[in-house]
Amino acid sequence: MLRLFRKSLKTGTVTTDYPQTPSVPGTGFQGLPVWQVQSCVQCGQCADICPTKAIKLQSGKKEAFWIVDPKKCIFCGYCVEVCTRAIVQGEQYEFVESVDRAPQVQAFKHSVHIRHLDSGSCNACDWEMTTLTGPVYDIQRMGFDFVASPRHADVLMVTGPVTRNLEIAVHKTFAATPAPKIVLAVGTCACSGGICGKSYASSGGVNNIIPVDVFIPGCPPRPQALIQGLLKAVGRA
Amino acid sequence: MIRQDRVIAMISSCFGEGVIIAKAHFNELHLEIDKNEIPILAVKLRDWGFPLIQLTAADERGNTGHFRLFYTFANDLENFLIVVSVSIAETELSFPSITEVVPAAHWYEREIQDLFGLDPIGHPDKRCLAVHEDWPEGLYPLRKDFSFDFEVPRTEGRQSYDRVEGEGVMQVPVGPIHAGIIEPGHFLFSAVGDTVINLEARLFFTHRGMEKLTEGKTPLDAFPIVERICGACSFSHATSYCQAIEKLSGTEVSTRVNYIRTVVLELERLYNHVGDVGNICAGVGFAFGTMHGARLKEDIMRLNETVFGSRFLRGINTPGGVRRDISVLDSDLILATLDKLELEFRELVEILLDTNSYMDRVQTTGILFNQIARDLHAVGPAARASGVDRDVRRDHPYAAYNCVSFKVPVYEQGDVLARVKVRIDETYESINIIRQILASMPNGKLIQTLGEMIPYNYAVGMTESARGENVHFIMIGKDQTIYRYMVRSASYVNWPVIPSTVPGNIIPDFPVINKSFELCYSCLDR
Ligand code: SF4
Ligand code: SF4
Repeated sequence: MLRLFRKSLKTGTVTTDYPQTPSVPGTGFQGLPVWQVQSCVQCGQCADICPTKAIKLQSGKKEAFWIVDPKKCIFCGYCVEVCTRAIVQGEQYEFVESVDRAPQVQAFKHSVHIRHLDSGSCNACDWEMTTLTGPVYDIQRMGFDFVASPRHADVLMVTGPVTRNLEIAVHKTFAATPAPKIVLAVGTCACSGGICGKSYASSGGVNNIIPVDVFIPGCPPRPQALIQGLLKAVGRA
Repeated sequence: MIRQDRVIAMISSCFGEGVIIAKAHFNELHLEIDKNEIPILAVKLRDWGFPLIQLTAADERGNTGHFRLFYTFANDLENFLIVVSVSIAETELSFPSITEVVPAAHWYEREIQDLFGLDPIGHPDKRCLAVHEDWPEGLYPLRKDFSFDFEVPRTEGRQSYDRVEGEGVMQVPVGPIHAGIIEPGHFLFSAVGDTVINLEARLFFTHRGMEKLTEGKTPLDAFPIVERICGACSFSHATSYCQAIEKLSGTEVSTRVNYIRTVVLELERLYNHVGDVGNICAGVGFAFGTMHGARLKEDIMRLNETVFGSRFLRGINTPGGVRRDISVLDSDLILATLDKLELEFRELVEILLDTNSYMDRVQTTGILFNQIARDLHAVGPAARASGVDRDVRRDHPYAAYNCVSFKVPVYEQGDVLARVKVRIDETYESINIIRQILASMPNGKLIQTLGEMIPYNYAVGMTESARGENVHFIMIGKDQTIYRYMVRSASYVNWPVIPSTVPGNIIPDFPVINKSFELCYSCLDR
């Protein structure tokens, strides 16, 4: 028992203070690709190779020929490899997008309770959510916590594209969450269907099943991006 | 190869003209046999000590006019695989079930029934498995004439759960949405008081059609899908896939690629094992262990991100090689992180095994019996904790595992504690393997262009992930694209053993039993 306390004391505090101190991933990080307008020859190879059709080309528009949708990108880097001239892998990972529905933020000024809802993820997004409750990210320090039932939750964090076999469970969980409530789509699958797309087995994104308020792209999103999404959802970022 | 010749002779002497045998790739034996002979052959292979590691089907009606089944058996002592194929005519959509003689076939056969509409005659449990009760009868998603984006209507239920009824027996349904941050599955406990007498698990909630999604794609285009079948075993799955594709295309990767893959495979095992040893503490409410485990796991995941750009080790592998190199600087960083990890992990483990309240909950809890583990072909740490001495890294070496020395820990008790101990021992072994590899990194080309693949040829790739053996079957179509892809993850074979470990334990012990197997749903459901 004594040893246990000694170990904890010796370890000290390991918690980050993100977002006060920003977290920049190192070089080589597989982030959102960045397009450099000057060197682009408009060949369109990038859009052809993209597995999720995240790149949209608009011919004739020199300045905005290339648009990448973060909600679809899975950060595979294929476009960066096929185009050595005009696309580089960026380090950006925080691109939370919220739907302007003027959420009832007032209700969430203090502590916020989250319910995780797996609608068919590959479990990487789920593991990143688990780390939020660990000692390093510890979202309790910001007044967030995960709860065991949707009936106790303010926020639903949904991972996965909503599979056919989970659609009913998603509807029921949404209905069981008392209003006002906020829905977060976590990960590219949840945001747009991602790699799973729309098929006999997948509905192609949470928004097709229940209304989403905040999108957190990433495959999976870094834990910091999840924190940013949560803060944005409750109007604190 | 002499080792294969003995088995060829044994099979020929039993079946004579009735079997066509061909050596394939470097470690496979491809057999063709009449479907009615399969139960006899399966018994023979079982008796010779070759476990069934995979069974799947392909719809080849567009090519040969038939369906075909593929049974893969492993010869662990002599490092080769036996893939038996049988044809099924369109006029006779059934095949003899081998579940009664080889119990490990039970789920595969049910899955083939659901996804291909082929009837396993004589199967003791024909309830649907891979599709749910509201799936209309007569629709089979993996047949070629089923379109990928077909919107399937829902129908009235036809499923029944196994339940025990009687005075004092309560039914406790749990899931598919659980209280913790975990994946979805539905469990029905039949319990008397706190004691469970039967557990029925309902899975395949996260079925995303990943196998069908790869069909018609080139090996490279399908690769990002493969990496996303499972988050926590992403690299192991990717490596199984690459192996199969490299076999099919006759591509030989450089030694450097094999070394890099080995480092990454072991890093994946490390972050899983360290995280799991901690996470199992969550099942008994021992927060100290959970938190320290999470902290150490995070250290490895950050290392992954710094060195390879991805916390889940994605974007490193590719069919024909690796896309990322390990520099001297990276290598130093990896070694320094491992030194620190080893010290801290040792300390954590000592404290855990010295804490009575923890030991009391994990000892003799959730015992998996050796015979059940063998019959149902359990794999990975779960099997090794029940006395099954199997490890793909040693028995079927891939990547650079034949260039390093390591021990395969085996325990006999089969309880939660034994599963924890296997992971603890393997953690130290992994650290050692990485040290050996980094000390002798050879030079070599990172990416090899894939060679031409023979249409309708097939191959099996196999790796040992943190959860156990991952087996990938790939058949190539006529235009160098994937025709059929089947992923049999470690969780696929470990799930069915769980219900056998729970009866006799109390319901509050289920979370810790479940966590000690650390099963994944997404790679099972696909
Ligand atoms: S990184 Fe991959 S998914 Fe993202 S835009 Fe490029 S090719 Fe598409
Ligand atoms: S977004 Fe990516 S990481 Fe998240 S569930 Fe989907 S495939 Fe997995």
